[in-house]
Amino acid sequence: MPTRSDVERFLLPLGTAALAVLVWALAVRFSHTNVFPSPLAVLLGLQELLGKGVLGHYVGDSLRRVATGYFLALALGIPAGLALGWHPALASAFNPIIQMARPISPLAWMPLAILWFGVSEAAPGFLIFLGAFFPIVVASMNGVRSVPSMYLQAGRNFGLSTPRLLARVVFPAALPQILVGLRIALGIAWIVVVAAEMIAVDSGLGYLIIDSRNAGKRYDLVVAGMLLIGVIGLALDLLARRLELLRTVRWGFQRESA
Amino acid sequence: MGVRGVTVPAPSKVVIQAVSMRFPTDGPPTEVLTSIDLDVKDGEFVCILGPSGCGKSTLLNIVGGFLKATSGNVLIDGQPVTGPDPRRIFVFQERGVFPWLTVEGNVAFGLFRLSTAERAERIAHYVKLVGLSGFENAYPQELSGGMKQRLEVARALAVNPDVLFLDEPFGALDSITRLVMRSELLRIRRAEKKTILFVTHDIDESVQLADRVVVMSTRPAAIRRIVDIEMPHPRDLSSPRYIELRDLLLEEIGLAHKI
Repeated sequence: MPTRSDVERFLLPLGTAALAVLVWALAVRFSHTNVFPSPLAVLLGLQELLGKGVLGHYVGDSLRRVATGYFLALALGIPAGLALGWHPALASAFNPIIQMARPISPLAWMPLAILWFGVSEAAPGFLIFLGAFFPIVVASMNGVRSVPSMYLQAGRNFGLSTPRLLARVVFPAALPQILVGLRIALGIAWIVVVAAEMIAVDSGLGYLIIDSRNAGKRYDLVVAGMLLIGVIGLALDLLARRLELLRTVRWGFQRESA
Repeated sequence: MGVRGVTVPAPSKVVIQAVSMRFPTDGPPTEVLTSIDLDVKDGEFVCILGPSGCGKSTLLNIVGGFLKATSGNVLIDGQPVTGPDPRRIFVFQERGVFPWLTVEGNVAFGLFRLSTAERAERIAHYVKLVGLSGFENAYPQELSGGMKQRLEVARALAVNPDVLFLDEPFGALDSITRLVMRSELLRIRRAEKKTILFVTHDIDESVQLADRVVVMSTRPAAIRRIVDIEMPHPRDLSSPRYIELRDLLLEEIGLAHKI
């Protein structure tokens, strides 16, 4: 007998997904549409891509670009955010620029990115960096700002110098919020890479989609690419969520048990 | 003054001289403390008792070096206090423990100047002293409120300070745990002679713990009276003397004896 929690955790979402695919299949079949492929066509398209042996390369290229831009954003964004959170004057000086640059979609930088980097790996990397950098900076800054003063006072009381205080109190206290920023940034990076690959390069999942349309209006492959992007995005998010289970940060994600 | 017979007076540990504190506001500055004078002897347990928001925590923060008084001086061992110092540790309510460190990590927090061997020895000693043996690798969120409070006390004691400042440390605990923690604090104090300044708004707490109770007035706080609690430990909470002293403090605070 499946328990109630098994039903809710597995059967309910899987059942709903199966139902959605069924509705999709029936809708395509009975509407006789030619602007949306059937599930079977998409599945066959996926098989075709696998047979050609390009899929692995495309997924690998997309992931590599995300990794490059994302880790660059992480390496620069966390220290920048910590500095901004720690020095109120620095935040006053830079926050207006950050808040103004933040809502500009990284894709708006595309013309400049191509002008500066040409059609190369660096262009999508730069756009992903921009997309991931701001959420990481802002989360790190806010994380530092919301460190309870009691922790700082205790740290000072035990005779910690400022660098030690930052490393042993401020950073670990802000880490749960920083991880939230890292997770949001990873989601954005994955969205940006697909868009960037449609324009700036000739490989990757974004390129697969735009190429499938341009070279023969293969909408089955377009949807296959979309589904792959969704599945990989979900996997990345689940991976990022696992970080929240680390024992040194778990306190920040759970309600304290009395 | 208490009836103590002729003893050699202990040297002064903490001397508070004419300390006043005003906080700037939009209008006229808020006066929080007016001309506080207090002399705490070495090894003495002094409770600062007053209504909530009277400024007693402000006074403790000034003595601890976290706030600068508007006027007046604080001397510890004859030296003016200019900032926080590991020789005098401030203990907050149990929320002051670091949630990202284990019990062991918290106790070790202030021991970064010691060798590994010395550190391990101190950790073992103080974890045991506060009764947290077996929980060395637990995180604070896995501990009860009382255990977290013990942990914070252990973290403070581990650096071997002369003075402990406790700011309503048991305020967030339930009344049973609070009673247990008080007798634990007295037990620990017998093991480790420290000068203790303990801020509370709980009259019973002050009579149970202190050698002397400093009664503060409402804001701007001044010292209304200093009451010697000359009862030996363990104190009988239903003895006439205990009740007499408690009633005296109730009256001093300005509360009725009946509800």
